Amino acid sequence: MNDFTLWDMARGLLLAARWTIALSLLAFIGGGAVGIFMLLLRTSRSRVLSLFARLYIELFQGTPLLMQLFITFFGLPLLGVDTTSWGAASLALTLWSSAFLAEIWRGCVDAVPRGQWEASASLAMNYLQQMRHVVLPQALRLAIAPTVGFSVQIIKGTALTSIIGFMEISKAGTIITNATFQPFTVYAMVAALYFILCWPLSRLAKHLERKLYVAHRH
Amino acid sequence: MSLIAIDSVHKHFGNNHVLKGVSLEIEAGEVIAVIGKSGSGKSTLLRCVNGLESIDGGSITVDQVKLGKDETHLRELRLKVGMIFQQFNLFPHLSAGRNVMLSQQVVKKTGRARAEQLARETLARVGLAEKFDAMPEQLSGGQQQRVAIARALAMEPRALLCDEITSALDPELVNEVLTVVRGLADAGMTLMMVTHEMRFAREVCDRVIFMHQGKVHEVGPPDAVFSNPQTAELKQFLGMVG
Repeated sequence: MNDFTLWDMARGLLLAARWTIALSLLAFIGGGAVGIFMLLLRTSRSRVLSLFARLYIELFQGTPLLMQLFITFFGLPLLGVDTTSWGAASLALTLWSSAFLAEIWRGCVDAVPRGQWEASASLAMNYLQQMRHVVLPQALRLAIAPTVGFSVQIIKGTALTSIIGFMEISKAGTIITNATFQPFTVYAMVAALYFILCWPLSRLAKHLERKLYVAHRH
Repeated sequence: MSLIAIDSVHKHFGNNHVLKGVSLEIEAGEVIAVIGKSGSGKSTLLRCVNGLESIDGGSITVDQVKLGKDETHLRELRLKVGMIFQQFNLFPHLSAGRNVMLSQQVVKKTGRARAEQLARETLARVGLAEKFDAMPEQLSGGQQQRVAIARALAMEPRALLCDEITSALDPELVNEVLTVVRGLADAGMTLMMVTHEMRFAREVCDRVIFMHQGKVHEVGPPDAVFSNPQTAELKQFLGMVG
């Protein structure tokens, strides 16, 4: 009964890989946008805003991504919001990445010397002007490598969305396994696909880290 | 009315009472040296004057603008007083010229052409006209500090606060910075400087403030303070330094 060729399997996985990539990109861009907002709250001088951002970050960092996916997927309908596995997966991954990115970037902002804040303050700049013109341009340089590194985590995180039925590589792998009864072959191919997506990014992160940090130290 | 009025200012860092009721009046055009041991509160006092540290009691007024906690007041105050730091604190990602232009453009909304013109003028004033496009890391410490002075001057402040501005410099670079400061003093700029350069203080300043344990301990013209100290603490301090 097994008339699947290796190519059939690979083709199924490759088609699903498009969705892994799409979801990763969406989570990265959406998470970046929400993350920068959370970063501004987290580093703002208002205690309330900063505390809110801290709780937000702790919440998403302190619970498994899987639970976040379940809660989004099963919780939104309870609130009367129609949801699909695609919608729930993008929302949950966006929020999850935003928390991690905000925290990574906060570390980079903290690494900018205090004197830079003081000098810009003494020149009468307000908080947003200091951030925009003085602190973020310097923090950005430090942030590039760990941010690229985190994109690898996002890609691997998309695998969990298979559980709420989102058709990405892992979900396709399960379906193909059920049809072919060749779990080892199929999942080896799944793993290889993730590796092909992630490895270049890891290498890029390492490369950027070496290049930018050396330059930074003069 | 004096340009800078400091009235019984108190400042705590936790349990540490750093400023214990400091009062001081500084007239426009005056050049003031603040001396004292480390921990005497002299840098803290300077930092309070432009709101880098909040005060717990008393008041500080610069050119009729009172130090307040809200951003609008702080901003207005900081437009009146510039500050130069021990560690220069140039923005490392911007050229010398852009360092001087940035705040004019961002805070005062000065147009690019006008900001650049003023930046070139102030850089020329500190003897660095040809360094407009140099990055901070390409400049010596003395040159960086002079760019920092130009950056503060470009905001056209009424007074400049100098917080040990030569302390991080190699000895051979100290003079080029002091020469610039002397030029500012001669041009009538109001200066309040925390310094360890006693000879400079003696030659350039109108008044010397000796701080001790969070209070103004002795004040007077440099000749009186250095040649004829009244209190045992000042005598000891001068002996220690000289």
